[in-house]
Amino acid sequence: MSGVWATIFQPGFFASDEVRTALIVGGLVAVVSGVVGVFTVLRGQSFAGHSLADVGATGGSGAYLLAVPPLWGFLALSVVGAGLMELIGIQRARSRDLATGIVLGAALGVSALLLYWDTTWHSSNGQAMTVLFGSIFALSESTIPLVVVFSAVSLVLVVLVYRPLLLAGLHPDLARAQRVNARLVGWVFLAALAIAVALSSIALGSILSTAILIGPAATAVRLTRRPGLAMLWAALIGVLAMWLGVLLSYDSYTWPPAHHGWPVSFLVVALIVTAYLAVDLTSGRRRSRHRPDRPPVAAAEPDEDAIHAEWVA
Amino acid sequence: MSGRTRDQDSGAAAAQRAVARDAQMNSAALLSLDRVSVGLGGREVLRGVSFAVRPGEFTGLIGANGAGKTTLLRVILGLQRVDGGRVSVADRRVGYVPQKVLLEPDVPLRACDVVALGLDGRRLGIGWPSARKKMFVDEMLAAVGADPFADARVGELSGGEQQRVLIAHALIGRPRLLLLDEPLANLDLSSSADVVALLARIAREQQIAVLLSAHEMNPLLPVTDRIVYLAHGRAASGTTGEVITTEVLSRLYGHHVDVLRVHGRILVVAGNGGPDAGRGPITIDHARDASGGAV
Repeated sequence: MSGVWATIFQPGFFASDEVRTALIVGGLVAVVSGVVGVFTVLRGQSFAGHSLADVGATGGSGAYLLAVPPLWGFLALSVVGAGLMELIGIQRARSRDLATGIVLGAALGVSALLLYWDTTWHSSNGQAMTVLFGSIFALSESTIPLVVVFSAVSLVLVVLVYRPLLLAGLHPDLARAQRVNARLVGWVFLAALAIAVALSSIALGSILSTAILIGPAATAVRLTRRPGLAMLWAALIGVLAMWLGVLLSYDSYTWPPAHHGWPVSFLVVALIVTAYLAVDLTSGRRRSRHRPDRPPVAAAEPDEDAIHAEWVA
Repeated sequence: MSGRTRDQDSGAAAAQRAVARDAQMNSAALLSLDRVSVGLGGREVLRGVSFAVRPGEFTGLIGANGAGKTTLLRVILGLQRVDGGRVSVADRRVGYVPQKVLLEPDVPLRACDVVALGLDGRRLGIGWPSARKKMFVDEMLAAVGADPFADARVGELSGGEQQRVLIAHALIGRPRLLLLDEPLANLDLSSSADVVALLARIAREQQIAVLLSAHEMNPLLPVTDRIVYLAHGRAASGTTGEVITTEVLSRLYGHHVDVLRVHGRILVVAGNGGPDAGRGPITIDHARDASGGAV
């Protein structure tokens, strides 16, 4: 029994400061991403979420050049990016995609430049890998308070505009008819989204941050009909995937092929995708089993008549 | 306003009588539009539209696609600025059902959640469930006959069921005026008749004025008190008998149209310059099911 325990939680797992930091930051990031992610899915803003992460990458790579903690870089640029998208016209669906695309393209160009300087000046590819794909074990303990504060800010913003967001998600004019400033509500949400994306970028990297934002949320909306419950499910799935990913990655130093370990980001994303596929397959089967129950109410009548006819005959 | 100063020396008494009569009419009307004009992107969408709606009245807002129906409803809601004229809404409690609310099957909202958002959707915070709120919501769901699917995902309901839920959403704020934008579009004949009957009952029982836009008037004919007919941004209003005539509609369209009545249904048929104009009639507003005319 203790042998199994030791295989799962290998020596040093609970004693390691790096693991402790990874579990705390990873857990917080997963909760924020889950809650914000459900609204992102509901409002159809997945593309905006992904773009904010890419824009944040510009900040992350700039932060290395200036020797500033990367979280500040990610935060600054994704919030500025959100503001720019809003200014260009994110409130109309068609111009929204366009605005997002323009900001995204510009930011990725700049981050290509910054990452090039990062790697040539420091003559290592480490920063580029960290910005794009994350390295949660390399986070310093001093980032924990920052992560706690910004997680709280993002969650408070979403909770504050929870009902107007749901209303505007149904149809913006429904919100406006109730004298809700749909644009202001959209802006508050975009700020919460920008913070969530910056937080997940330091954990999983800017490219994979979309996975923890959208994956658990998309799984959760299949599991429940209630928005609040969907957020709890999304947070739970995200935290489990994150923690399990950290654990597996720690264990993977004994794994093939190279005994150099498997990256956390890959494992977390693999777990999230597995959860989504599992729920999608089972709920898909459930739905196709339930669907035919409804229409045949009318179609059943002639059949009964036919049976009657047979009886009479 | 400017009229009163101009009339000081001439017929001051007559002007005062006119103002008094105006005020009386406005107090009776829940909603009145006076020569409202709206331009959107350089195009005049509404040109001098005037009509009034009184409490408990069922008004059909009829017009082809692009006639300005949605713009007119958005003007009444205060979502669209007018370039000229005046809109007065006597009671700010206005319920609204927008056009094409597309709900994906995956949206994690139950029918009762959508109705509850009509009650407190504008408030900040999460809004914890309360017995009082649940009672209001259940009452509304029952009033529109949506109680059997109160706990179902809205995205999985049929078009007619979704319309009922949205009507309950609009009604729960206790409006005096209910605006619906093309609620019958995409509904089959029987659910469209059900929704019309439901709205007529609500208008009568709760004295709520209903203003419903549609590109087809026939499903509404049994219940409408008045019709506002929109064409090319101009409007004619009155009872069906007053508005749907060859003279009024020809003036509105700016060319000759014929109004045909078949088994209690109305067909508006346009020809180029007259009934004998060569290329055959173009149907503007046709009955969907002319054969089964047993209404």
